[in-house]
Amino acid sequence: MAGRLRTVGLRITHAIPVILGVVVVSFLLTRALPGDPAVYFAGHAADEASIEEVRTALGLDKPLPEQFLIYAGNVLTGDLGQSLSSGQPVLQDLANRLPASLELTLTALLLSCSIAIPLGVLAATRPGSAVDHLCRVLVTAGVSLPTFFTGVMLIYIFYYLLGIAPSPLGRLDFIYIEPDRVTGFYLIDAAIAGDWETWTGALKQLVLPATTLALFTLAPLARMTRAAMLGALSSDYIRTARAAGLTEDKVLFTYAFRNALLPVITTLGMVFSFTLGANVLVEKVFAWPGIGSYAVEALVVSDYAAVQGFVLAMALLFVALNLVIDLTYTLIDPRIGFETR
Amino acid sequence: MSLLSIEVLKVSFSTRRGSVEAVRGISLNLEKGEVLGIVGESGSGKSVTSYALMRLLERNGRISGGKLTYGGIDLREARESTMRDLRGREISMIFQNPRAALNPIRKVGHQIEDVLRRHAKATRSSARAEAIKALEAVRIRDAQSRYNAYPFELSGGMCQRIVIAIALACDPKLLIADEPTTGLDITTQKAVMDLIAELIAERDMSAMVITHDLGLAAQYCNRLVVMKDGEVVEEGNPEALFSRPQHPYTRKLVDATPRPGASVRQLLPLDLRPPEPRLPKVEAPLLEVRGLTKTYQGKSGPVHAVKGISFDVGRGESVGLVGESGCGKSTTSSMLVRLLDPTSGEILFNGRDLAKSPAKGFARDPDRARIQMVFQDATDSFNPRHTARQSIAEPLARLTAIPKRERAKRIDELAELVGLPQPLLDRFPHQLSGGQKARVGIARAIAVDPQFLILDEPTAALDVSIQAIVLNLLVDLRTKLGISYLFVSHDLHVVRLLCDRVIVMRDGEIVEEGTAAEVMESPSHPYTRELLAAAPKPPVTVTAERSAAE
Amino acid sequence: MSDATTSQVPVKQDGTLAHIGYVLRSNPVTLLAFAMFAILLLAAVLGPVLAPYDPMESNAAIALQPPSPAHWFGTDNLGRDVFSRVIVATRLDLAISVAAVALSFLIGSILGSIAGYWGGWLDTVLNRLFDTIMAFPLFVLAMGIVAALGNTVENIVYATAVINIPFYARLVRAEVNIRRDAGFAQAAKLAGNSDVRVLALHIFPNALPPMMVQVSLNLGWAILNAAGLSFIGLGVRPPTAEWGIMVAEGANFIVSGEWWLAFFPGFALMFAVFTFNLLGDGLRDMVDPRQRS
Repeated sequence: MAGRLRTVGLRITHAIPVILGVVVVSFLLTRALPGDPAVYFAGHAADEASIEEVRTALGLDKPLPEQFLIYAGNVLTGDLGQSLSSGQPVLQDLANRLPASLELTLTALLLSCSIAIPLGVLAATRPGSAVDHLCRVLVTAGVSLPTFFTGVMLIYIFYYLLGIAPSPLGRLDFIYIEPDRVTGFYLIDAAIAGDWETWTGALKQLVLPATTLALFTLAPLARMTRAAMLGALSSDYIRTARAAGLTEDKVLFTYAFRNALLPVITTLGMVFSFTLGANVLVEKVFAWPGIGSYAVEALVVSDYAAVQGFVLAMALLFVALNLVIDLTYTLIDPRIGFETR
Repeated sequence: MSLLSIEVLKVSFSTRRGSVEAVRGISLNLEKGEVLGIVGESGSGKSVTSYALMRLLERNGRISGGKLTYGGIDLREARESTMRDLRGREISMIFQNPRAALNPIRKVGHQIEDVLRRHAKATRSSARAEAIKALEAVRIRDAQSRYNAYPFELSGGMCQRIVIAIALACDPKLLIADEPTTGLDITTQKAVMDLIAELIAERDMSAMVITHDLGLAAQYCNRLVVMKDGEVVEEGNPEALFSRPQHPYTRKLVDATPRPGASVRQLLPLDLRPPEPRLPKVEAPLLEVRGLTKTYQGKSGPVHAVKGISFDVGRGESVGLVGESGCGKSTTSSMLVRLLDPTSGEILFNGRDLAKSPAKGFARDPDRARIQMVFQDATDSFNPRHTARQSIAEPLARLTAIPKRERAKRIDELAELVGLPQPLLDRFPHQLSGGQKARVGIARAIAVDPQFLILDEPTAALDVSIQAIVLNLLVDLRTKLGISYLFVSHDLHVVRLLCDRVIVMRDGEIVEEGTAAEVMESPSHPYTRELLAAAPKPPVTVTAERSAAE
Repeated sequence: MSDATTSQVPVKQDGTLAHIGYVLRSNPVTLLAFAMFAILLLAAVLGPVLAPYDPMESNAAIALQPPSPAHWFGTDNLGRDVFSRVIVATRLDLAISVAAVALSFLIGSILGSIAGYWGGWLDTVLNRLFDTIMAFPLFVLAMGIVAALGNTVENIVYATAVINIPFYARLVRAEVNIRRDAGFAQAAKLAGNSDVRVLALHIFPNALPPMMVQVSLNLGWAILNAAGLSFIGLGVRPPTAEWGIMVAEGANFIVSGEWWLAFFPGFALMFAVFTFNLLGDGLRDMVDPRQRS
């Protein structure tokens, strides 16, 4: 147990230089802007005086290392700057829009896991069968699909041609009112308020973008599940289990699947990372008011504080997520922690 | 009626190149209470037979003919559910590589419980107690706490005990052991086999022991069956097989099994036996090792792999270095061949201390060509992208000034010297057999005319009959070229065949040293005696009768 | 004194070309992949020549026309021939991805080899560096770099390259690590090779087969990345013909039913990425000596 705690501690400490690196890179990205950074932060419409104000306010006239310390200090207190377009602190903007992205991403991941994992398991237990071939085709095709293209095509088919899906204009059709904000997740908030009409409305809007994102994540998850199951099933300990007469269910689930879960969880982490990026594209296609579209809009109007804040926030989110996954792994696999003994 | 009866069993596998018959119509019986040994080299079909009767063949394998009967049940026609009931409850099987045979992320106690509950030998409440009983039955001390262990926390021998516990938990009547001792140290091997023998006797069970080690089979089995290329070649009790082998293949196997009293030549079949070698005279020391030490920084403190050993190897002498895993022999050979730097000590080669020349730059040292090594795992020791010819050419190109055309001639000479047919030189390692790879490895090692050759378990992975050939080749090369050998091995009998002197290592120290005869016949250290006792002893030494005839 | 376990019939070793032919013949999927790749290459090299119309020529009169015998893929909102634009865009998209992958392969391999072979503090530092790069979601970092350094095609290439370096480096590091203490690496040292030679000439070539799969997957990703970035307005700018931009422009017309503007460039994207993914296994078979029989 002591070994485990030590590993956990080590993993957390390993994250620290990475966080530092992330802050440094974010800092450099803005300071590496061609031209005068103050102009960018002040905005296009700014005049000489306000540019100077911005320059002093942001400390852009100070030497670079000092600027970094100011920047790092700001980050620690949660000050990511001011957004030009909204006039609000960037952190607040991000906090407002994060739930939308999370709701989308989590729904998509849930959807793709519920298809990919059973598919991968089936493909591994029936090699050469129709299911196996389907899995392999899906995987190869899946990794080739550009998310923005799939999104666009899905809109065309289900909205324009078939008329089933609602118009891709965001989280809720304008006839509905946003539920009272508890978590920011419309599905949860509407359910809490008992407002089932809004709940259905939100769900309908969620379907297409979540499916688009799910298609994207389906392929690597199915591929890894299949590979991990195949690996586990061909292991010696499965042979022992079978030779002892254990039922096929026991062999598959308690012995093979649990062992196969480990690499699948690692892949889940990677997939989440890709999704945080693919989010940007899907949000643009479906006009989803999440942090991805926030960043894109900010980019278009050259709202650099917002873009920088977005990059930093996403990276930190990702580090936190990876840490959680690492720790989950540590808890599941008893072999970890043994190495540090 | 026999407990198990196999009639004209045929097993085939469908591969990319068509159907391959692994078992070609074998018939044998196993009586109640009998311990039957199935002996054969790789490719004989012995393991496949056991998988077939457990119906555990791989997806591309199938029983293509014959009858399998166990206690009246037709194993071939039985439903899968019937087979699942039989497995573990009536017939159990244990395999080689015990740690890999256990679920790495499940407590060993739970793995035993799974089997107990499956065959209704325990309920959820009684399972834990029964599992602990099963652990105690295989003589595991402190069973209560071992119950909670994971396989990675246990030694190889302990893991094999757990595997046996799982197999015997439901009191089966027949135990099949497929190479149960491969990969284990020799003293652990003896412990495991003794345990199996005891348990079989205690529970009045029958057993089938599958192994490539004729000596092992002879010691623990009532009756032996010899298989070759998917067919049964001979059957009989160990004494008969050893003293009066009928089939030429059995004779070949018996001869090739290293045993006390036999010389290296006597490992070969009578008709292929060259005259006894005339070994070179041993002269002044070529290599003097003084206080060689290696200490690593481990996770929980320093690890003393080699604790200040000293020994000599004379010019033209062959010295054996024997010990079990973890004794430091591999570390020692790495240091001597200068792939690893010692923590302290001297390695005097022709009077020059090689330890002063760091391993990092030793590739450019003038003595590089004089010390070479033959590796243990032939597969791993060749660059998969190089043909045999290229592998042998490498040291010639880097360490000698021989021009290209001469090099080709030299390679051809070397091939002939080691008995490697010319056309094989242009093959890749994956296209060569184990014995052929061993020859290429030897050719590569002697290519640059070394004075000192370290042989790191060069025959450990080879079939016994191939081992006999390679050992004789090594003896001939020593006679012809006068190279000194350091032969590292865990097998005392093999070492005796090739070496003038033997050094026994344990825990990083030398515990015994002397001539081969001294160490083998009158060992002074208890550990040496333990090693000698652990090696399986064939029933009769053929040599006694043969040499009388010669 | 010989062991006649394998036949001693001389094995005629295939030369490299013959081996490539063998791989193509034995696996129809690989053959298909190479055929598809040939089509892409053709479009890339001969694009402007093959295009029936000038991809930049706008003609308001024939705007938004569905696919017809005159315009196979229809015309876009400025009256430009979609087919010509899709064909010509091949060159740009392939060029971007090949350049990015080549760059990251080169740098990643070198860094990974060093980290995997010598380890030590260099390994630790490099690891932290890669962790930092990988902490940024791929796309996000690309956005950040392009936003900071400017909206040019070169920057897209650099951004994509930087993002991919850790993947190669990690892969090479693992493959080199496995082989560092292998028998043949030690044998190479005994044969008089210095550490650098052992790494470059013995270990690294054996790490290539698994790398090949990664290279082809990356070529696909790089194209998707580049297209995605231009979809949100970074990198390539109108009126340049590039698949991503074309899908972005076409997306506006989907809700009014003009599907061909977005569909054909999107399909071309899929085709290219699919080809590279299929190619991976074939490339690995060609480079792996164990496939020679």
